[in-house]
Amino acid sequence: MTINWGALALVAVVSLAVGVLVVVLVSLALVGLSAREPDAGGEAAEGTPTTGRLSPVVGTAAAAVCLLGAAAIVLYGLFLIVS
Amino acid sequence: MEISLIVLVVVVVTALAFDFTNGFHDTANAVATSIATGALKPRTAVLLAGVLNLVGAFLSVEVAKTISGGLVDETKITPTVIFAGLVGAILWNLMTWLLGLPSSSSHALIGGLIGATVVASGVDAVKFAGIVGKVLLPAVLSPLVAGLVALAATYLAYRITARGAVGTVRKGFKAGQVVSSSMVALAHGTNDAQKTMGVITLALITAGALPANAGPPFWVIVSAGLAIGLGTYVGGWRIIQTLGMRVSAIESGQGFASGVSTATVILTSSHLGFPLSTTQVATGSIFGAGAARGPASVHWGLAGQVAIAWLLTLPAAAVVGAVAALVADTGPVGTIVVALVLIGVAGGIYAASRRRPVTADNLDELPVPPPPVDLVA
Repeated sequence: MTINWGALALVAVVSLAVGVLVVVLVSLALVGLSAREPDAGGEAAEGTPTTGRLSPVVGTAAAAVCLLGAAAIVLYGLFLIVS
Repeated sequence: MEISLIVLVVVVVTALAFDFTNGFHDTANAVATSIATGALKPRTAVLLAGVLNLVGAFLSVEVAKTISGGLVDETKITPTVIFAGLVGAILWNLMTWLLGLPSSSSHALIGGLIGATVVASGVDAVKFAGIVGKVLLPAVLSPLVAGLVALAATYLAYRITARGAVGTVRKGFKAGQVVSSSMVALAHGTNDAQKTMGVITLALITAGALPANAGPPFWVIVSAGLAIGLGTYVGGWRIIQTLGMRVSAIESGQGFASGVSTATVILTSSHLGFPLSTTQVATGSIFGAGAARGPASVHWGLAGQVAIAWLLTLPAAAVVGAVAALVADTGPVGTIVVALVLIGVAGGIYAASRRRPVTADNLDELPVPPPPVDLVA
């Protein structure tokens, strides 16, 4: 009996990297999108207190980049299902 | 010829029945956490998952693979063996559903086939080394890998979004949950509908109705897709309740992280050559995501019950498969007797489920509530 430990380790490492990456990208995007909220209610201090909160434009732009990255990974996943 | 045709029809119908139980048993893997957090309404969730399972059945262009490869000697498989194996798998799926326990439909099918093969062709026709590598080891490792990914992802999700606006974050995670649930449902359709197509095609080939190496005929693809899609839509609410509400009081961030973990682990495992069970991956992800908000927030006793169900899946289905093969091997009358007993027992299990029905409307009424969350990461 041979167990393909290499394949298993690869699955674990790739899953961990990709799964965490997607969640981190979406989480960052949500923090960016939070900057669009008119009231700062429920928001903790952003960066150092002197720089204030993220500007809505920067936040939205950062969110867009992060979401595009996550979407690309989802599309690749779809490609894997279909192919 | 007439008689073997009857047996063949019984096998095909039984395979579709198994496909149906496979669908409703595994609905929870895709949608339990989305329902728990309110990302999707219960009926919307099962409709979405059902449609995506159906779509998934048509997506994969790969020839349906036989599930038994490497586990039993395939030259010893007859329509009767397939039938008896399916009976074992269906009954185990129904029993675990009654108890609300997630368990692998694939392992049940493998167990049923092994039991039936032993009766029909002897112990030598079973490749036990393959069972350790393909069933036992993945059963232990799937939840560990998925749980680890979900744990890390949930922890980071909470750390990062602590700076965000609560409403935006919750809405965003819920949208993400819908996407991750959809991916899991789609992947499930491509994988599991293929298994039933493989079983029916194998039965048709062994009966001589199809040439060897033939792919599944179109009607097989359509009926297998419909059976799993319908099963998913009916919704195994008991298992949805277990995974979505009883393991832990899941929040949208945890639901999203566990969904992403499930989808990622399933896709990587099936494309990097170490296939893992969808059910075990999804269960592990939910436990991992729950544990990320403090181990005390997880109902660990439930994990013990689930682990026992996983250990029993293969042997239990094998015993039923063996008994079914013993009777069905006596001839067409035996096959019909087994089919009637299957219908009777399935009816009995359904009747038992009506004593404490779990539906889309009473998912919140838990027999045992999850532990309270006292630590937020």
